[in-house]
Amino acid sequence: MNAPDTSAKRWDNLARNRAARLARAERLASGCIVPSEQIVQLLEAVIEPGDRVCIEGNNQKQADFLARSLIKTDPSRLRDLHLVQSVLALPEHIDLIERGQVSRIDFSFSGPQAARLARLVESRKITIGAIHTYLELFARYFVDLTPRVALIAAQAADREGNLYTGPNTEDTPAIVEATAFKGGIVIAQVNEIVDKLPRVDIPADWVDFVVRAPTPHYIEPLFTRDPAQITEIQVLMGMIAIKGLYAEYGIKRLNHGIGFDTAAIELLLPTYAADLGLKGKICTHWALNPHPTLIPAIEAGFVESVHSFGSEVGMERYTAARSDIFFTGADGSMRSNRAFCQAAGHYACDLFIGSTLQIDLQGNSSTATKGRIAGFGGAPNMGADARGRRHASPAWLRAGREGRGDIAMPRGQKLVVQIVETFREHMEPAFVERLDAWDLAATANMELPPVMIYGEDMTHIITEEGIANLLLCRTPQEREQAIRGVAGYTPVGMARDPRMVENLRDRGIIRRPEDMGIRKSDATRDLLAARSVKDLVYASGGLYDPPRQFRNW
Amino acid sequence: MEQFTLTLPSAAIPQNVTSATLCGVVSSGNLEILVEPAATSDACRIVVNTSAHGFRDIWEAVLKDFARRHSVGGLSLSINDAGATPAVVSLRLDQAFETCRGELA
Amino acid sequence: MNGLQISYFEASARKRLSELVDAGSLVEFCPPEMRQTSPHLAMLDAPLAFDDGVVTGRASLSGHKVLVAAQEGRFNGGAVGEVHGAKIRGLLDRALSERPTAVLLLIDSGGVRLHEANAGLIAISEIMRAVLRVQAAGIPVFALVGGSCGAFGGMGIVTRLCTEVVMSEQGRLGLSGPEVIETVKGVEEFDSRDRALVWRITGGKLRRALGEATLLVDDLIPAFRTAAVSLIERYRAHPPVPADLDELLGVQAELTERSARFAAARDGREIWANTFAEASRVPEMTVAEFNIQLGEAA
Repeated sequence: MNAPDTSAKRWDNLARNRAARLARAERLASGCIVPSEQIVQLLEAVIEPGDRVCIEGNNQKQADFLARSLIKTDPSRLRDLHLVQSVLALPEHIDLIERGQVSRIDFSFSGPQAARLARLVESRKITIGAIHTYLELFARYFVDLTPRVALIAAQAADREGNLYTGPNTEDTPAIVEATAFKGGIVIAQVNEIVDKLPRVDIPADWVDFVVRAPTPHYIEPLFTRDPAQITEIQVLMGMIAIKGLYAEYGIKRLNHGIGFDTAAIELLLPTYAADLGLKGKICTHWALNPHPTLIPAIEAGFVESVHSFGSEVGMERYTAARSDIFFTGADGSMRSNRAFCQAAGHYACDLFIGSTLQIDLQGNSSTATKGRIAGFGGAPNMGADARGRRHASPAWLRAGREGRGDIAMPRGQKLVVQIVETFREHMEPAFVERLDAWDLAATANMELPPVMIYGEDMTHIITEEGIANLLLCRTPQEREQAIRGVAGYTPVGMARDPRMVENLRDRGIIRRPEDMGIRKSDATRDLLAARSVKDLVYASGGLYDPPRQFRNW
Repeated sequence: MEQFTLTLPSAAIPQNVTSATLCGVVSSGNLEILVEPAATSDACRIVVNTSAHGFRDIWEAVLKDFARRHSVGGLSLSINDAGATPAVVSLRLDQAFETCRGELA
Repeated sequence: MNGLQISYFEASARKRLSELVDAGSLVEFCPPEMRQTSPHLAMLDAPLAFDDGVVTGRASLSGHKVLVAAQEGRFNGGAVGEVHGAKIRGLLDRALSERPTAVLLLIDSGGVRLHEANAGLIAISEIMRAVLRVQAAGIPVFALVGGSCGAFGGMGIVTRLCTEVVMSEQGRLGLSGPEVIETVKGVEEFDSRDRALVWRITGGKLRRALGEATLLVDDLIPAFRTAAVSLIERYRAHPPVPADLDELLGVQAELTERSARFAAARDGREIWANTFAEASRVPEMTVAEFNIQLGEAA
């Protein structure tokens, strides 16, 4: 038999292409260091038309200098780019599309640019591959959306190109791993170049070029909620969550969304929950960014462990000083990792709770509104049952028993909770017959309406009217009435069948505050462990250093 | 301002309410409720003054539920509202009721 | 319950009063059920409050008879309208005949209510004269400032006419509010959105360092109560005596000198630097630490 002829087929095209790109860039760098004034030429040298490009950024840190530099490149040379990145949050991301340099995008979140993006999609200036969750997009980096060029952000580099990403490590490891090990090019913007890094987060041989940005990369303090803005209704809903859910199921491992509703829960732990004797019994292990509003609970000894997606501006000294709680390196500073924390939130947590804008009668919830393509971020990974989960916990087993009834094979379920006031500001109802997501999908030619949490994953809804336990509903009609039954005086709530709702209440599917022994009039802000940002600073022993916009001192 | 008065049937309040109590503050998204004794023991009279126009049906639903939930016959409620949500109105009604019964310090 | 003690800053005027004075001792003058509401707001079809945003009455404080007024900062910014002003002025007039141990004004106001400008201005001027008359009669008037609206405009002046001024760090005291200054003189003069700067210039810690506030207390209603009781005890032993001309000229000379000394100052830090070793740390200090350092430096 003849040996197969392999001479015609080359197997190192990526490596040779990479070498050609590096050769074009050689004159621009000394070692791996590129002067900031050469950055536009560097980008033009290493990026080719049609490349998949990832500009690092999340809702926290941003490779903003590299994004600004990319829109200075020659559009006739750098064109047909395919952006594959977590967020389209900077104006420059959208500018690139408007300049005609980008033809396709795959992303997760575009909150700040949602309206501009929707206009571009409607005028067919851009094709969206898909809107992913963060974990889903990272997964595709390793399958069919591997970046050719990654533009990343780090706190510091040494002269060899080792990077320190520190508390805001975030997405960097996932992006660099996929790019560097598939023949791609990695360019890092850093705030400073130093002789010795505190620790190495990304090794130098995964990084091709380092540029010192003229200004430090931007970080948004997205997870700071000023306790002064928490309302009595949010306190009431927090009491309902703690007494009616966390205590009932014995929730120890959990993730909280961003928002004042969940901030209220965090601030009620050292007061209301402690008075209920729940310390050590609930909320011990978290997949959570270092929320400043968690400080009082940590100081009260409620919390044993917190792993974080990213960091939070001003929490650096506090997290470093609480290394028993947070994941910290040998140098003492925290390390976050979005991919791992998303996995932790999906598989290792018994409960996710977050807020939303709209919930329909099947329990689907969405933050999509007409004329805005905002995407998902990471919430759907937290807010979904982990079908692959194989380890048990009391909370998970109880939810499984409630949801699956008496089936032969024991199996648990994650608790996925939405916490909303029945009316948002301007008397916008949070409960609707039909999600705006349908209209958005139609106008933006999306294959799927952008649903944040599917009804089949949602287990409980908390409003100021009480809790609806959707696990216990046995028919679609019961489910609908359970949702109407906590929808208050919204049109959806007013259209309830009062007899059926009372029946659901008798069966414990709907529980009112009084059914749980919660007196509404006890819901005052005096229950909050901190009522201002300054209270948080005092609670931290002066370690928390809030950003300027949150200070009044 | 939109003004309307409702007289809602409700069981007589068991306590002897002799003095007036005021609950809440008139500020954006909030309201005050003045609770006073009234002559009719089997009904609650409620006067609403609100800056938010066009929500009378929601007010009626909230107030009817309140009069059903609690024994408030023999009370007169006067409300000055600056655009509170039904959630805040319900909470304040409960607080006003408990305050007039002397349950709150 | 395990919660913090009740914040003065966050409490309503009624809550502040009921927790400040001896439990159950408050007898309200012109109470809400009298419905003495503002005819001006009604004419403008604006929301009314049954007490027109101020609670007035008689109470006992640690057993001493006091007359009290508490402005509700959340109703129209605690601004003084015709009825609101008349209630405070009437309270002060009543002090002349009832002769309480002290009058307490819980001030939380941006000044005159713009909806009823002239009536409000007249009311404030009447309050100013009445405050002076009460003190001239040997009855001290104490201002308590710790609400979200502070004490500005005419109520800022009223505050400074009082015998003593108790403030919390959150309390603010001034004549023109930061927004007004920015509107008139530009953002370079005063950036009203720089909240830290606003507090460094108008807040309790600067007012205390300048001597305009005579006591700085924690933002807790019991802390204000303790301060008020201690002032009552002090003035019972030494009733206020109206200042004579020489004394007033002395104060005037001091103010002139102060004005010249701090003419170039742009920030509270420059003034704290005169009395505190670590002026930059003053905003972070607890009230206890601040008072100790102030005492040591004085």
